[in-house]
Amino acid sequence: MTVHLSILIFWPLLLAVLGALAPRAVAPLFALVGALVPLGYAVIMIVDFEPGAGLQYVTDDAWIEELGIRYSLGVDGLNLWLVALTTLLFAASALWIAFRPPLRPKLFAVHFGIAETAVLGAFLAQDLALFVLFFDLMLVPFYFLVGQWGGPERIQAAVKMVIYTLVGSLLMLAAAVATAVLAAPDAETISFSFAYLRENLLGEGTQKLLFTAFALAFLIKMPAFPFHGWMPDTYRNMPLPALAVFSGVVSKVAAYGFLRIVLPLFPAAAEDWQMILLVLALLSILYGSIQAFTQTNIRLILGYSSVAQLGFITLGIFALDPDGTGAQGALLQAINHGLVVAPLFLIIALLAARAGGSEDIRDMGGIAFRAPLLATLFLIVTLATLAMPGSANFVGEFLILLGVFESKMAVAIIGSIGVILASVYALRMYIRSMHNRQGPTVTSFEMSLRDAVVIVPLVAAILAFALFPQRALDAGEPAVQAASQAVTEGGR
Amino acid sequence: MKGPVIDWEALSPLIALTGGVCVVLMVGLMRAAFVRRHVVPVLTLIALGTTIGLGIWQWDANASIIEDSLAIDNLTLALTMVFCTGGIATVLLSWRSGAKEEAGEGEYFALLLTSILGMVVLVAAQNLVVLFLGFELLSIPLYVLCATHMRREQSLESGLKYLIIGSVGSATLLYGLAFLYGATGSTDYAGIAEAATDDVLLFTGIALVVAGLAFKASVAPFHQWTPDVYEGAPTPVTGFMAVATKAAAFGVMLRLFDVALIDFATTWGPALAVLAIVTIVVGNVGAIGQSSLKRLLAYSSVAQAGYMLAGVVVSTDLGVAATVFYLAVYTVMNLAAFAVIVARERETGLGDDISSLYGLGAERPALAWPMTIAMLALAGMPATAGFFGKLYLIQATVHNDYGWLGVAIVVGSAISLAYYLRVIAAVWMRSPSEAVVPAAPRQPVIAGGSQEADAEGPAVAVVRRPWQWELVFVAVVCALATIVLGVYPEPLFDVARDAGEALSGLV
Repeated sequence: MTVHLSILIFWPLLLAVLGALAPRAVAPLFALVGALVPLGYAVIMIVDFEPGAGLQYVTDDAWIEELGIRYSLGVDGLNLWLVALTTLLFAASALWIAFRPPLRPKLFAVHFGIAETAVLGAFLAQDLALFVLFFDLMLVPFYFLVGQWGGPERIQAAVKMVIYTLVGSLLMLAAAVATAVLAAPDAETISFSFAYLRENLLGEGTQKLLFTAFALAFLIKMPAFPFHGWMPDTYRNMPLPALAVFSGVVSKVAAYGFLRIVLPLFPAAAEDWQMILLVLALLSILYGSIQAFTQTNIRLILGYSSVAQLGFITLGIFALDPDGTGAQGALLQAINHGLVVAPLFLIIALLAARAGGSEDIRDMGGIAFRAPLLATLFLIVTLATLAMPGSANFVGEFLILLGVFESKMAVAIIGSIGVILASVYALRMYIRSMHNRQGPTVTSFEMSLRDAVVIVPLVAAILAFALFPQRALDAGEPAVQAASQAVTEGGR
Repeated sequence: MKGPVIDWEALSPLIALTGGVCVVLMVGLMRAAFVRRHVVPVLTLIALGTTIGLGIWQWDANASIIEDSLAIDNLTLALTMVFCTGGIATVLLSWRSGAKEEAGEGEYFALLLTSILGMVVLVAAQNLVVLFLGFELLSIPLYVLCATHMRREQSLESGLKYLIIGSVGSATLLYGLAFLYGATGSTDYAGIAEAATDDVLLFTGIALVVAGLAFKASVAPFHQWTPDVYEGAPTPVTGFMAVATKAAAFGVMLRLFDVALIDFATTWGPALAVLAIVTIVVGNVGAIGQSSLKRLLAYSSVAQAGYMLAGVVVSTDLGVAATVFYLAVYTVMNLAAFAVIVARERETGLGDDISSLYGLGAERPALAWPMTIAMLALAGMPATAGFFGKLYLIQATVHNDYGWLGVAIVVGSAISLAYYLRVIAAVWMRSPSEAVVPAAPRQPVIAGGSQEADAEGPAVAVVRRPWQWELVFVAVVCALATIVLGVYPEPLFDVARDAGEALSGLV
């Protein structure tokens, strides 16, 4: 029983609120401290983590006894690295914001703090109702971030995003309540605890129904084809530092939800509907990749590439091979994708500053000319995105495909096309923006120190992770295997 | 011969209200402006505060008084507190309103207290005659209150419309009550529960009673009056109607259906469930296109009535507790919203149009945040009390095999975001310059057509009041309550559970 996780979760929110009350001069400091302390916490937790020891830093208190909801948090291999990713990306974005304050910076910081609290809460919750609560809460700050600081169509985009994703989330809320109520023998003993629900599985018919609600919520959040309708508007209009964390971690909560909730709680349904999910994943990969190399808005290229990457992650989760290789690859890839996509979105801001404010790759070109450092960093991230051998992304995609190959060979073969397509769109984006003939409005200049302070550590994290992916794999292995094997063993 | 035994203690909340009515009415006759403007509202507040205090004192007493015609149990007391909270907020919102000056302060506040008295009688009633008594005692003052803006045509229209439709509702209810009596030979709830058998007379009676109460609770398809009346009535009165009247209507439904008619739950349950779904859909869809905030909240209140009806349908003590919990939560979230609307009406001269909120976020954070929190809570977002209200209702429905009703609640909430988010967008994401300035308001005709009064005309000029402390107070307190109950709802859960247990005989 410790308070560490509670501090980790609520620290950003607390500091953001304090910052809002503090004088204008020191307010940015609060936001920065609010984002950096959790990062420190996460690093200590990684060092301190014992693989295979189950849940650690467990906090478990009665919260709302009437409804059987407990305030229950814990870290295991499944969420440890995702928590670290979250704190890293939020810290990077907070630093970025500190250097380039938006309008009404205090209010921005408040929403940013709520967002980090909600995401961390969703990752750490060990109680289904608590997870749903944080999962839904994530949406509120991003609604404001898009609607107040977004591009020209910000209000429509914000409303569209919220309605799309909340339809899924609210169905999930009903499904979560149903899961707990139906699993409990009588009204007095209702429990939303993951541990309890894993022990008391529901009948197969009920599982299918509830599986649908949860899967829908997560697929919309990712977004996966054909539930990605909100994505283009949102990505076009969200301010870039917010988009970096949104694309980097919020979509990962959905992938995590599959591993934490759907597979362990609805194993029979997961096995029955494995093929449907695999097909959706394949469609996401193909559709996302094809869209990514036809789009010209660089934000949308990344947006659709995320659809494709999350397709890969879904593919790995539902590989359901006996060793859990696919799911391991999926977890690794979730971290990898977060690590590459956040710096890419921040780099977009730099590219736009050099292309006369345009985010269209047709207006870019030749930016590398006088900006070798920027070009190098961008190249590293691009190569990581297309899963160059040597990058952690390569390991992730390899494991995913290996896992799928063992269970559904045909799917794996089609899926591997996605790897090729990724190099097409990633290289196209890089070449069109950095090389080629210099665009008419382009002025090439090197990145400044304040940009480098944010982006260099992120690129360093990618490189470090490429060298030591084993560390995350080892930590995650027992937890991921347990999740995946709940299905394979339960089914047989 | 021995005199009747009177349980003065249990009766005390009713006495406090009645006493309040008399005192306020008398003091209101004084001529001094200070007395009328400030002493009268303060006396009203004291009466309401005393009632709440006496209610807390009588908690768990569970008395059944006056020949078992009134039950002063935890359900009654919990709802009494809801009514009084609504009343207190209404008094504060009316403090600087023109309506009470036009109608006379004493009368205005006395009517308000009378209406609350009627609500308490209504939810405490264990007898069909007392039920109707309470119903009328609640309704008639409200008809008048709606029309207190005597210089505004819409206010008069609203009062008249409410009177006509309300009377139809009352007549329907009375007709239904007569059928119930005819079928069972008893006006007592207990007697009805005992004597009731499967017969057409009883079912006709139930159907008519449902229709009559549905008028008051604005349950579709009996909701059509709601937007017009809400829009026309003075905004503080609208706020009062939205929260207190609704709570009263649901209070009486809980007791009538879950005590007197509980044996027929399988008959009226599905019927009410269908009504609930229709209400959720009609309310939420109707609200989408509204540009008047009061109309928007009127439709939203219709939708919320649908959610709460789901709690009545499940007819378990969990369902009752969930309904009471939701009513309490619904009250605070709505009051916060209405306080902001009243404030903006007085500040901007744009009336209750949604454009009156444009730029509020930058201009007045103390009003903008409460509005935002209220809207998020009404939509059921987490970290607000609305989330647990919905969770509780869904849990109650799933628990009694009405899972599809839970799904309907969820789908309704999803639709509702379309308009709640528009309000939030107006607060934070639009600038005041986008507002369309309306044409000069029509010169209203005073009732009866006084030419001198018409010639004077009301001041149209926009008065910017820098600090309307009572409105900010209501908005901030209600918003804080919404957040606190969203993080730590345990105390309210206890109250709701006690209220649910008051209705014995439930599963």
